[in-house]
Amino acid sequence: MSLDSSQTMTTPDGRTIGGVVMEMKHITLRFGGVVAIKDISFDIREGEIRAIIGPNGAGKSSMLNVINGFYHPQEGEVWFEGKRRKPMKPHEIAHQGIARTFQNIALFKGMTTLDNIMTGRFTRMKAPWWQQAIWAGPAEREEVANREVVEKIIDFLEIQAIRKTPVGRLPYGLQKRVELGRALGAEPRLLLLDEPMAGMNVEEKEDMSRFILDVNDEFGTTIALIEHDMGVVMDISDRVVVMDYGAKIGDGTPDEVRNNPAVIDAYLGVAHD
Amino acid sequence: MSPTFLYTVEVILNGLMAGVMYALVALGFVLIFKASGIFNYAQGVMALFAALTLVGIQQGQVPFSHLINAVFGTDIHHFGWTVPTLLAILLSLCVMILFAWLVNRLILRHLVNQEPIILFMATIGLAYFMEGLGDLMWGSDIKRLDVGLPSGGSFWLEDVTAGWAAEGSEYYGMYIDLLDVWATMIAVTLVIVLTLFSQYTKTGRALRAVADDHQAALSVGISLKAIWVIVWSIAGFVALVAGIMWGAKLGVQFSLSLIALKALPVLMLGGFTSIPGAIVGGLIIGVGEKLFEFSIGPMIGGATENWFAYVLALLFLVFRPQGLFGEKIIERV
Ligand SMILES: Nc1ncnc2c1ncn2[C@@H]1O[C@H](COP(=O)(O)OP(=O)(O)O)[C@@H](O)[C@H]1O
Ligand SMILES: [Mg+2]
Repeated sequence: MSLDSSQTMTTPDGRTIGGVVMEMKHITLRFGGVVAIKDISFDIREGEIRAIIGPNGAGKSSMLNVINGFYHPQEGEVWFEGKRRKPMKPHEIAHQGIARTFQNIALFKGMTTLDNIMTGRFTRMKAPWWQQAIWAGPAEREEVANREVVEKIIDFLEIQAIRKTPVGRLPYGLQKRVELGRALGAEPRLLLLDEPMAGMNVEEKEDMSRFILDVNDEFGTTIALIEHDMGVVMDISDRVVVMDYGAKIGDGTPDEVRNNPAVIDAYLGVAHD
Repeated sequence: MSPTFLYTVEVILNGLMAGVMYALVALGFVLIFKASGIFNYAQGVMALFAALTLVGIQQGQVPFSHLINAVFGTDIHHFGWTVPTLLAILLSLCVMILFAWLVNRLILRHLVNQEPIILFMATIGLAYFMEGLGDLMWGSDIKRLDVGLPSGGSFWLEDVTAGWAAEGSEYYGMYIDLLDVWATMIAVTLVIVLTLFSQYTKTGRALRAVADDHQAALSVGISLKAIWVIVWSIAGFVALVAGIMWGAKLGVQFSLSLIALKALPVLMLGGFTSIPGAIVGGLIIGVGEKLFEFSIGPMIGGATENWFAYVLALLFLVFRPQGLFGEKIIERV
């Protein structure tokens, strides 16, 4: 499958995948002697679910960290929405509409579910601080409007029962779900999910897969996700990048990737969890 | 009611009010520690500096007048005007916000990701610098701070309570300093306002977010540097309030910065990361030391208030090292 950057395509299930939103060009990232990413290029298209897979230590998380600005690659270019992105701080990148979750849950533990998701809307709150401080008209209206969006997300993720629970007390599976909610709070252009199903049981994985598909379907959100479970990846993603030891060894539809000899080699003898 | 009972009530009330004042200082520490993991040794000096600045502005003192006079051979000390208290407080607040910005810009920004001990040492340096700066700007003489709050005992309370004592006992009523009452009310208001701010505003939530998880806060678009300036500004504001209260009570003098030492046992009791902890810790220490001085003090020669708080905090450290409200420390193995 090769498309030029503005062409659209239709998936087997009838969704439309648009032009290129994000393009990584020849990214190389080193930590001292360790080369976490070796000269990798790939793109992410409007409205698709793009998976990054590979064994532990392959450099998948590093790639997400490059996209959201936690890591700055030594070489290569990041293009977002048709423009080359200058080196930026993670919080600036968040304001461009890129939201994420973390491999090891990073929630605001002292806050309730509601406040976590509300904080996820940080980039959507524009009233100046002095208005917020005294809850002046526009700030109050904004707070109320934002609360409505947050309630919608809570309904969507079926977490009404834990709205007011401090998230530190929630079981692992629900914490992962709240973290997804917080990222959705930003109504992102591009949503990055780092192993959203790691450590979950089968039922929880099914729920999470359904939520990811629904987010993509209902809001048209472009999603890049890292996942270990090959079965899940093949089920939900439109295109897959395969990484091994920092290098890209495959890129294509799930079917193409599944039949790629290099990918089969990399996965042989690798313990799946 | 027996006079002893009434005396005890008076001691407890005074203890509670002293405790609020301790809590006020401890609060400044907690705010900065929660948001950035920095133990800000300069918090006490910030209170002193804020109070000095307030008096200076209020009385129309020329800042750096000694320096100016020494360099230019002039003899100026005052502008010749006085500034209304409320305006002077606002201007002092502006100075504290400017100070917060400068600290972040000139010091902390260059120390991002350094060990906590390095940051701690930086704040020690900051404390001495500010003490010197305060001296140079406003002079080192003891100043009276009058912000128009009533002080002295409440005659009304004395009259009412005198009537409560049992018939024939020699009891002349409860003595409560009005200044303490006002200080308590102002401190309580401050805490309520801060709590509402942190619960129901975007910036407040951002502050809590940064306190919980830096990476996650960045990922939702919060700039750590902006938050740190805000946190230091709020800590400066709290220092100003503490400086006003303590300054009005004891006069503005350099020993004011030592009230920070009173905050230490409060922090050990309440935990370094808990705002309710700072408040409850302050109250326990305030009441504890007053009651101890009242009941045991006379038997062992008095002046127990100098050390009681530390002993109490040490006992606490032995049994609950994380403080009253701090998170339990579980070693990962
Ligand atoms: N912050 C870091 N400092 C040093 N090395 C790192 C850092 N982050 C990742 N690495 C290294 O980069 C490589 C890829 O790690 P990572 O991206 O986490 O892999 P994956 O997510 O595919 O398991 C590993 O060798 C890891 O040790
Ligand atoms: Mg990873």
